[in-house]
Amino acid sequence: MTLQDTGLAAYNFAYLDEQTKRMIRRAILKAIAIPGYQVPFASREMPMPYGWGTGGVQVTASIIGPEDVLKVIDQGSDDTTNAVSIRKFFEKTAGVETTTRTGEATVIQTRHRIPEAPLKEGQVLVYQVPIPEPLRFLEPRETETRKMHALEEYGLMHVKLYEDIARNGHIATTYAYPVKVEGRYVMDPSPTPKFDNPKMDNCAALQLFGAGREKRIYAIPPYTSVVSLDFEDHPFEVNRFEQPCALCGAEGVYLDEMILDDKGGRMFCCSDTDFCEERRGEAESVSASNGEIV
Amino acid sequence: MLATGTAVDGGFSNQVLDAQIGFAALMNALSRPGTLQSPGIHVVPPSPLSAMTAIVALTLCDADTVVWLDETVNTSAVRDWLAFHTGTAITAEKELAQFAILDAVRSVADLQGFAAGSQEYPDRSTSIILQVAGFSSAQKFQLSGPGIKEVVSFAPEGLPEGFPDFWAANRALFPRGVDLIFTSKDQLAALPRTTRIDEKLGGHDVRSR
Repeated sequence: MTLQDTGLAAYNFAYLDEQTKRMIRRAILKAIAIPGYQVPFASREMPMPYGWGTGGVQVTASIIGPEDVLKVIDQGSDDTTNAVSIRKFFEKTAGVETTTRTGEATVIQTRHRIPEAPLKEGQVLVYQVPIPEPLRFLEPRETETRKMHALEEYGLMHVKLYEDIARNGHIATTYAYPVKVEGRYVMDPSPTPKFDNPKMDNCAALQLFGAGREKRIYAIPPYTSVVSLDFEDHPFEVNRFEQPCALCGAEGVYLDEMILDDKGGRMFCCSDTDFCEERRGEAESVSASNGEIV
Repeated sequence: MLATGTAVDGGFSNQVLDAQIGFAALMNALSRPGTLQSPGIHVVPPSPLSAMTAIVALTLCDADTVVWLDETVNTSAVRDWLAFHTGTAITAEKELAQFAILDAVRSVADLQGFAAGSQEYPDRSTSIILQVAGFSSAQKFQLSGPGIKEVVSFAPEGLPEGFPDFWAANRALFPRGVDLIFTSKDQLAALPRTTRIDEKLGGHDVRSR
C-alpha cells in the first residue's frame, strides 16, 4: 500500500513515528505492571496545545490499530469541540472507524467522564490527564512526592480530606477525588467527578492515563481494586441528583445543568450524550411498536 | 537478491502494522495475566530465537533499549539479527538490561540478578522474555491479582524447580520486581509483578476462563 493509495497525508499511521510509539508502548506495559504508579515518558509535541488532551492522544496513537473503533468524549459528550477534533484527528491520521456508541467502541478516549454504560472486557479507556500527581497541590516538589510514593507516605492526603471535613462538615472534594489502587499507590483519577470513582473499581476494561504536559503515563488493569480515600466516620459518597434526566428520565446518572434562557430557566440532563440518546431511541421504538404516536 | 537466513531477512513485513499487532498482544497479555495471545504475524528470526520472541523484540526494542541474552541465545546470528532489525544495544550485565531473552532456564538462579527498579522508580526494571516449549505443563499454576477476574490457570512448560518461590519473592518486592513474558512457538503470555501464583499439582482440571 503506497501513500497515494491511502489518501493519507505524509505522516505515519496514527501520526506518531514508530520510535515514539515504542517508547510510549514500553511505558504503558510498565504502567500496567505497576498499577497506579506514574511512569515518566518522553512526551512529544502534538499538533494541538497542551491541555487539549495531548497525553491521551499519544496513548491512543500508540495503541490503536486499523481494526479498532474509536470513541472520544469530552465531559461525557461526543459532540463538543475537543471530542470532535480528536475524533477527526484519528480519522485523518489513522483512517480508523469512529463511533459515538459506547458499546461499539474498542478504544474510548475521554476527558473527565467515564461512560454510564458498563465497559466490557477488551475495551480500553484512555483518560486525558492535566495533573497526574495527586499530591502536587500539597507538595510542589517532584523529589518529595516521588519519595512519598516510594515510602507509601500518604498522610498528607488524609490531612487534606480531614481539613475539608473540619471546614465544611463533609469531604468537599468533588472531582479528581484521590483513590488507592490495589492497596498501594494513591492515584489521581483525572478530573472526573467523584460520581465516576466507583466505576473504576474492578472495571472489566483496561484504563490508561496519559498526561502530555506532565509527561506521565499510568494505568489500572482490568479487575483491579480502586478505593476512594475516606474515613470510617465520613465514608466516601457519590453525588446524588434530586431529579432524573429531563430528556430521557434516567436516574442514578451524572447530570449536567443546561441554561435555557436568561430568565433563570434551566434543566438537568445526562452528561453522557450517547447514553441519553440510546435511551431516548429505545423509548421511541417501544412506543412506536405499541402503536402510539411519538 | 539476498540469500535467506542472513541478518537482514525475516523481520516485520509491515513495520507499522505488525508492531501494533505485536503490541496489542503484549498489552493484552500483561493486563490479563496468564491468558494466551496469538499475534498472527510472520517473522523468521535465526534459531534459537523463536518467532514469538522475535515479535516481542521487534515490537519493543530499538536504539534506546539494552538487551541481555542468555548463553543459548547469545549467538552472533542472533546478535546481528537484533542489531539490524532493532538497533538495540546488547549487554553482558544483567542489572543493566531492560529486556532479557532466556531460552534454557536450568535453575531459578538464571532468573535472578536482573534489575528490579528502585522504590522511587520501580519502572526501571528488567522485563524477562522466557522461551518455553508450550503452555500445557502438568504443573498448573492458579493465578490471581490485577487483571484477573477470579482465577486463571496457567501452565508454562519447563520452568525450573522452585519457580513459585522465586515468584513469591519477586511479588514481595512490589512495587519493585521483574515482569515475565513467556513465548512459545506461536503464543505468548505474561506475568506482571502483581500476579500471585498458587501451585496446583496433578492432572485434574482447575477453573479457567
